[in-house]
Amino acid sequence: MFEYCADPKSLEGFAWFSCYVTTPKHMSFYGSFLVVMCLLSLAAPLAMLFGFIGAIASRSSKILVRFFGKGYLAMIRGIPDIVFFLFIPIALDQAFEYLRHKILCPEVMEPIRQGNDFVVCTAAKLPLSAAGEWVHDLYGFSLALLAFGFVFGAFTGNVLFGAMAAVPKSQLETGEAFGFSPMQVFRRILIPQMWIYALPGLSNLWMILIKATPLLFLLGIEDIVYWARELGGIKTGVYDYPHPDWRAWYFGVLMIFYLLLTYVSQIVLDRLSNKLSTGQATLAGKTI
Amino acid sequence: MDYGLRSIGYGERLLPKSDITLCEQFVLIGSGMIWNIYFAFIALLFGFLFSIVLALGKNSTYIIFNKPARIFIFIFRGSPLFIQFFFAYDLFIILPKLGIDIDLGFITVTVETRWLTKAWLGALIVLFFNTSAYAAEIFYGALRAVPSKDIEAADSFGFSGVKKFKRIIWPTMLRLAWPSYTNEAIFLFHATTLVFFTGFPAWQQRGDAIYYASYFADKTFNPFVPYPIVGLYFILFTLVIIGIFSIINKRLNKHLLPNERSKLKVRLNLIR
Repeated sequence: MFEYCADPKSLEGFAWFSCYVTTPKHMSFYGSFLVVMCLLSLAAPLAMLFGFIGAIASRSSKILVRFFGKGYLAMIRGIPDIVFFLFIPIALDQAFEYLRHKILCPEVMEPIRQGNDFVVCTAAKLPLSAAGEWVHDLYGFSLALLAFGFVFGAFTGNVLFGAMAAVPKSQLETGEAFGFSPMQVFRRILIPQMWIYALPGLSNLWMILIKATPLLFLLGIEDIVYWARELGGIKTGVYDYPHPDWRAWYFGVLMIFYLLLTYVSQIVLDRLSNKLSTGQATLAGKTI
Repeated sequence: MDYGLRSIGYGERLLPKSDITLCEQFVLIGSGMIWNIYFAFIALLFGFLFSIVLALGKNSTYIIFNKPARIFIFIFRGSPLFIQFFFAYDLFIILPKLGIDIDLGFITVTVETRWLTKAWLGALIVLFFNTSAYAAEIFYGALRAVPSKDIEAADSFGFSGVKKFKRIIWPTMLRLAWPSYTNEAIFLFHATTLVFFTGFPAWQQRGDAIYYASYFADKTFNPFVPYPIVGLYFILFTLVIIGIFSIINKRLNKHLLPNERSKLKVRLNLIR
């Protein structure tokens, strides 16, 4: 980074430290904070989408649709989410490869599950073995994102379902009395009024989503936890910047990062909630 | 079966490598549940006591009690448990291996730090702190919600501070907080699955349920068997927790009219 960093062994004190924290690996470490922010900003809308679909499905008048909707919302209860985070990426990966195997190489007759192996033809591999490293990274990240969207979608679905049920019935009936179609009642009355009931639950979920992001590490993504372990471990004399075990410091930094993130979010969400509840006939502290 | 107590070091030493049967998966994952139950039980037991101290501290008007309690709760509720595990483990590792001598003037106490890097103690401490912080927030909320007329009534009867707390505030607070505390207990139980995915090593492959499940998923490349098994076990034990807590809830609400009783409304599982 700096010119005087050419020979790190000769450096002392502040100069050493300034070179140490600007090594290419540290740059990747800082980049991984962006990965976390990226995940947060993508997972939240995705979860909203899944949750919305789940909530609408569980209100449906068609029994089969309702069954799936309720099943999705209920599934997430009672089972630790880690199970889903471990299960969904592998399951999705295998499902994709299975489908591609069936479509791309129908001539292969051998069963896919051979004992303890999962074998698909080379053309069906995801990502293709010839693909670059960034494709692998992107694929892994997308699977993780889907897992987050799926799990948090179920949480969001529960919140939205509760919020939809909390909108006063008379409001909907008024809409009907004015001759609104069910779709119009849904779009013009239910959806605009539901947000204030959903907000406490959603902001709670946002905090939980923030605190769930380090689980990316479990999914094999090079996230902040990965880099903190990588950079903090003991570096012997063969490295340019030898140092003892500094992992505790790195994780200390992560703790501070998350504390700041939750602290700022809390302030913003409190403001938003105050703003939205003015003039609403609700108990401001109502949570889902 | 040889794997029934494998997770605590009895029985067959080697884990199944090939030709893994469904039965082996069930037994080994079930044996891993011993760890989850151990962590949850001990952490909840001590966490309950400590969280009450914290809640009272947060409610206190004295700044020396108030500030530390607030900071403690903020730190443990504001950061991910996952990071807390890593942080704590690495902190325990850089502590001196042999122990710290604390000189109390007349006697020197040696604090053993060796065990802290082992999951059974180190992870337990993190879980204990974490649940204390979360439960303290619940009890603090309940403490603020104790009806003021109850306290005024106690004052007019001339109750002393201690007696007022013991007879009026404490039972009401506990009753109000109990449904939320049930959820907290379930969260904590589910959070125990994180332990062996963080720094804490599973010594001699003695891990918890999810440790064995991911072992099987790795070995068989088939996630569709072990993970549903873990899910099943967790649903079962979650129901047991709900059962136990609702018995206590009934007892706490016994003196109330049926329509005043607070129902145990279980809202499950959000990550911390």
